[in-house]
Amino acid sequence: MTTPALPVYRRTPLRRLAGVDRLAVAGGVLLGIVVLAALLAPWIAPYPDDGGSATHPLESLLPPGGDHWFGTDQVGRDVFSRVLFGARTSLFIAVAVLAVSGAAGVLLGVVAGYAGGWARDVIMRVTDVFLAFPALLLSLALAVVLQPSVTTVIVAIAITWWPWYARLTASVAASVSTRGFVDSARCLGVPAPLIVLRHVLPNSLTPVLVQLSLDGGGVILTAAALSYLGLGAHEPTPEWGLMVQQGQSLFTTDWWVVTFPGLAILVTAFAFNVLGEGLRARLAR
Amino acid sequence: MTLLAAEGVTLAYGTTAVVHDVSLTVDEGGVGLIGESGSGKTTLARALLGLLRPRSGVVRYGSRDLAGLGRAGRAEFRRAVQPVFQDGSEALDPRMTAGASIAEALTTHHRVPRDERRDRVAALLAGVGLDPALAGRRPHEMSGGQRQRVAIARALAVEPRLLVLDEPTSALDVTVQARILELLEGLAADRGLGYLLITHNLGVVGRLCRTSSVLFAGRVVESGPTADLLTRPAHPYTRALRDAVPRLGGEPPRTAGRTEAAPAPTGCPFRLRCPWAADRCRDEAPELRELAGRKVACHRAEEVLTTPASSVARVPRDGGEAPDAPRQ
Repeated sequence: MTTPALPVYRRTPLRRLAGVDRLAVAGGVLLGIVVLAALLAPWIAPYPDDGGSATHPLESLLPPGGDHWFGTDQVGRDVFSRVLFGARTSLFIAVAVLAVSGAAGVLLGVVAGYAGGWARDVIMRVTDVFLAFPALLLSLALAVVLQPSVTTVIVAIAITWWPWYARLTASVAASVSTRGFVDSARCLGVPAPLIVLRHVLPNSLTPVLVQLSLDGGGVILTAAALSYLGLGAHEPTPEWGLMVQQGQSLFTTDWWVVTFPGLAILVTAFAFNVLGEGLRARLAR
Repeated sequence: MTLLAAEGVTLAYGTTAVVHDVSLTVDEGGVGLIGESGSGKTTLARALLGLLRPRSGVVRYGSRDLAGLGRAGRAEFRRAVQPVFQDGSEALDPRMTAGASIAEALTTHHRVPRDERRDRVAALLAGVGLDPALAGRRPHEMSGGQRQRVAIARALAVEPRLLVLDEPTSALDVTVQARILELLEGLAADRGLGYLLITHNLGVVGRLCRTSSVLFAGRVVESGPTADLLTRPAHPYTRALRDAVPRLGGEPPRTAGRTEAAPAPTGCPFRLRCPWAADRCRDEAPELRELAGRKVACHRAEEVLTTPASSVARVPRDGGEAPDAPRQ
């Protein structure tokens, strides 16, 4: 007996995109621009050396113009170039924090959600302890104790960020674990770690991914805040928060030094939020 | 030979007991477990599948206690006893293709080379009457009947000796239900599979199961040869269930007593819904006892058994066709 081949529905990138909310697309495009800026900074920055420790005392504090679109800072570095390089720092911090805290939170959450019982209690109580501290305060305290650096910023934020993912993942994983396909896998005799990795984890991930993209903006803001307070990146690292801090005293006379990095923070945080919001709206549908 | 048995099993969620002191034996051939929603059927099935530990009592696989099985014994139990759940869309991982779900079952206990996997998946799909091309589809790209067939193929992949069928057709359209039941009937006959069929549908049990137990409020109220239970029920509840089967051309079905009444906390749990309820039923919970080739837990079973249908239940209006033909 032969039956004609069935047409198989394939999810092409175009079809997938068509289903995604316009809002998410807008956020994605905006974020894409920031990511491109970060990746291509050495090639598209008009003064690549200004991303580092170069100084040009004779060109200090030039207003925006043809040579320097965003003007120059106190030591004569091109602000546009530094904003481009700053995207690298900020995105690196955001990606590192989300990866570390996301991985830790999801792993603990999925184990707690599937195992239940005392394992869940232990993991969730530890999570509660971390959540009991105000996040920014804990980050600040950690950043003060550690040496100020980009790594410090990543560690300080990641430590306050993971419990949210652990809690979210645990609740999703607990409900996924009651579903028939998990029982079915248990009845097959699939070992518990494999059930968690193969069935519970992939089916618990969507809300966490949405939360991660929503949180990208928050991480960028927090990282900028830490650097602004002198607890994070330091000279000559191009970092938006640091640039804002260095330029704020000049705001009334040389507004461009503080404004453009500030705008960069705003745009990037906004892009993350819009993308996350769009993804969430799509998920809710 | 007994494959799977519950002996005096009590099951509880937290402090609430859902199943009380139930004994049940599943041997080769079909066994039915009948009861309404909330009667503890599914909870009992979970215990028989080793997904839920009994609060007291023992679930036996062959002669061994399930709770005491070692690693090897447990693997053997997993290969031997497979479930088919109510809803194929629940039982299959939504992110896995049908082929991947079946392949998971194939490779859990044995190494199967990659090229051989594909052939075996195709053979299993064909075995449940599906086009092997469906292997590439995810659950949401299939119909309910197709999903349930995939779930059955997955269960059969480990070559079990016993299936626990937990309302395998209740989520399906009537026409699809009949085909799935035919499939299960055929598979069981061809492979010599034993099965426990859990359902609220008496017609289905009458067709597929030689013996049956009726569960009410977590207790077995009657068990014995299915034909006897259906034609001459000895428990008022069994009788009410039978009379509740809707029939074409007949009067509207009678409900099983006053269905809104909760199980009674003392005495016989069914007494608040029972047309035969007497003082004794309020004071004393009936024990299961032997009567007319079956076990029944009713003080007035003899009367129930001998009361003609007309005096309690309705007589079919047309009076012609055999009223117990399976209908779903």
